[in-house]
Amino acid sequence: MIDKQRIEEALQTAIDYSSADQLEVIASSRSTALTRFSSNYIHQNVSETNMSISIRAIVNKRLGYASTNRLDKDSIKTMVEKATEIASHRPPDPNFVSLPEPRPIIERDLIAASTVECTPERRATDLRKLIDLAAKNNLTAAGSYSTGYNVIGVANTLGVKATTMLSEALLKTVVMSETSSGYGSAIAVDIDVVDVEEIASGAIEKALSSQNPVDLEPGIYTVILEPDAVADMVSFMAFAGFGALSLQESRSFMKDRFGQQIMSPSISIWDDAFDLNTIGLPFDFEGVPKQKVTFIENGMAKGVCYDSYTANKEEKESTGHALPAPNIYGPLPLNLIVAAGNSSLEQMIESSDRAILVSRFHYTNLEDPIKTILTGMTRDGTFLIENGEVKAAVKNLRFTQNIVDALSKIELISADRRLREAFLGGSYIPWLKIGEFNFTGVTQF
Amino acid sequence: MKNLTLLALDVAKMHGATYADIRIVEEQNESIVIKNGRVEELIASTDYGFGVRVIADGAWGFAGSFLVERGEIERIARLAVEIAKASAMVKKQDVAIAPALVVQTTYRSPVDIDPFEVSLEDKITLLGNAEEIVRKTQGISISSASMNISREKRFFASLEGSYIEQEIIKSGAGLNAIAIKESDIQERSYPNSHGGDSATAGYEFIQGLKLEDNAARIAEEAVQLLSAKECPSGEFTIILDGSQLALQVHESCGHPVELDRVLGTEASFAGTSFLTIDKLNKLQYGSSIININADATIPGALGTFGYDDEGIPAQKFDIIKDGIFVGYLTSRETALVLNKHSNGCMRASGWGRIPLIRMTNVNLLPGDSSLEELIDGVKDGLYLATNRSWSIDDKRLNFQFATQIGWEIKNGKLGAMIKNPNYTGITPEFWNSCDGIAGKDEWKVWGLANCGKGEPMQVAHVAHGTAPARFRNVKVGVGR
Repeated sequence: MIDKQRIEEALQTAIDYSSADQLEVIASSRSTALTRFSSNYIHQNVSETNMSISIRAIVNKRLGYASTNRLDKDSIKTMVEKATEIASHRPPDPNFVSLPEPRPIIERDLIAASTVECTPERRATDLRKLIDLAAKNNLTAAGSYSTGYNVIGVANTLGVKATTMLSEALLKTVVMSETSSGYGSAIAVDIDVVDVEEIASGAIEKALSSQNPVDLEPGIYTVILEPDAVADMVSFMAFAGFGALSLQESRSFMKDRFGQQIMSPSISIWDDAFDLNTIGLPFDFEGVPKQKVTFIENGMAKGVCYDSYTANKEEKESTGHALPAPNIYGPLPLNLIVAAGNSSLEQMIESSDRAILVSRFHYTNLEDPIKTILTGMTRDGTFLIENGEVKAAVKNLRFTQNIVDALSKIELISADRRLREAFLGGSYIPWLKIGEFNFTGVTQF
Repeated sequence: MKNLTLLALDVAKMHGATYADIRIVEEQNESIVIKNGRVEELIASTDYGFGVRVIADGAWGFAGSFLVERGEIERIARLAVEIAKASAMVKKQDVAIAPALVVQTTYRSPVDIDPFEVSLEDKITLLGNAEEIVRKTQGISISSASMNISREKRFFASLEGSYIEQEIIKSGAGLNAIAIKESDIQERSYPNSHGGDSATAGYEFIQGLKLEDNAARIAEEAVQLLSAKECPSGEFTIILDGSQLALQVHESCGHPVELDRVLGTEASFAGTSFLTIDKLNKLQYGSSIININADATIPGALGTFGYDDEGIPAQKFDIIKDGIFVGYLTSRETALVLNKHSNGCMRASGWGRIPLIRMTNVNLLPGDSSLEELIDGVKDGLYLATNRSWSIDDKRLNFQFATQIGWEIKNGKLGAMIKNPNYTGITPEFWNSCDGIAGKDEWKVWGLANCGKGEPMQVAHVAHGTAPARFRNVKVGVGR
């Protein structure tokens, strides 16, 4: 196992070689393994060991970047020199103020030996159980089961130095019949808390209950969204508007709306890497400690997250949401949390005269980032609710929906929430019942 | 290098592998982004490592590492076999692969100007001049220009005796203009969205894009879109420009003919395919003028190479012939399902990832019309250009695309500009509604550098040759 010490040595080596005005180095190592299965057998089984180092050098407000996955001293020296040389080729950036100064970091590793030491045999044994359960129900299972760990370190010549370790186990499965499918997933630091049989049972139940779907005309329906679908939707909204760069470039739906009621009062959304219901890093990729940032509070637009560059532009402090530099997206939240309500899936169904229950979305994409118009398909179990009961499974539907509008028509929010891997990191998400949701098309299955 | 590959193969065999291959991959990349007048990104990167793929106990195993050293190669080769043996704990039958010719050869993509030999100042100037024209256009909110160049050296060796060295240089660039007025955001890109256009070529390709010559036009169009009419809703005849059609081919033909996807190996992630094997040589996929092939030999195209990552030579073959679905993209393993040999589509995104079936250059072959004639044949329709967003269901049937720009067509003439166009359809219905394709003169290969597939995610570089084409009775203005 590659330890923190080796990463810390790589950081220090880069800092020691620096001749730039300021220099930042991100070093990481990772060891990951992933077992993929389909049609009730393992068809792909891989492992990858890698390290990398990225340098950001600043000379007279000129920024240069270089990276490599060779971590011997000569290669690090070469990259430091390369980044510094590259910086000299570009014009100064008048908006650049400084790399961040050191701030107190909460030392935290989220690491479980059982995940780090997980063998391919352990993954195969777990999947044997999952596949046998599917086969017993005359279903076929597909999916992936990954385990691994990352060591991440950030340092700069102003004195920032931070390292952390994170292990992760992620199981995803789609269980299928001839006419249906069901999805289950779990993500955890410790593989021992991943209940493979529970995940399998949930997916099997959904696959069995969504067989022989019927046609349903598209249109505007009340919708009940399960956490996977909500996580997808909220992630795209966060990508479109919760980062300071999108605000500064006038392409965020939050612009000029702070303090205004833009969603239902029951909606609050924030980012908190230290909430134990998420899996977060204690600092960002500039070594700035992660701050809790509230984006939507009781339906009102409240704030966005910052890295040092966007913060300096507004003479604010970074909130610790930098992605690895350089990146064109600016700061983004990776540990989104949506506030719980007091309802349940059962209550949502019982209270519905006519609604659609969506298990999950597929291939969502933003058509308009400011109007937050998102399109995508349903998959792995879509149901018609009538008179408080699940009436039938329906063929998958396409939606084309303004997300902010949808979150303005909240009827119920569940008390129960789930951690779900989504487009932006892991999100802790409830079930939502939304009064109006625009389904614009159907498919053939 | 050859000795290192032989070491991996020997160790794998010694530990029980019945098949093994190794790829040692060295990549060099350079990326430049100029945004709103400042150099936003200027990065040089290198990546080096190797991956060993084996069959042991009748199942697949793969392991990769960044440390290209004898000790690590031995460890990784042993680990790959260990992983394969774990795979065998949950197998249905032993893996078999179609025979392949043993080759010992080299391949190098031809370039006129090595992009790594061009000075950074020259590259920044080329991008900066074009970006400045966009930025200085009245009404533009965000301007950007980007360039990516790469050199990839791949060393492949198999236990069967093949040894192949390849060096491929890729170059690409693009230009973007965004105009924003309150909640209205409009974007125009040249030569295409999502990073522009790319090729297996040198700096001459970037020079040939003539970014500066097209900067003013796209900037002005972005601003004009703010005051353009909204796209109407309803069923219309539409004509798609070549770049949008490239993505249409990609999503609704290229992905569904990947035979691994058809057989279910992507089921839990990107999905499966409606083009199941029972439909081969039977399904009327499109109208009789639809001919789509895969051709990994097109000089300079982004999906062109010498040999795939199983050591199979680049090939050209039909996918849709006169509207009938006739072919899949295959690997050595999946080709056996069809009692065929691989047609050479297995590619990995780097040393640390296992090869998957990927598109090469999947092309809608030219027809006998022209854009002018296509427009002339429309009484009331729309001409739509340049992709803005894309989405398709998990069997590749129901799709919805938004484009950056459109124009009305009235009585055979292009009319007013329209904004926020989108269109939707069901794949075979859509392709069967095609009644005209422009000819060779307007046919161009578009490089797509962002094709995602697999877990762990792999990004592949592919391409699509297209010319503008016309489709009848298409639903547009969805969700308005």
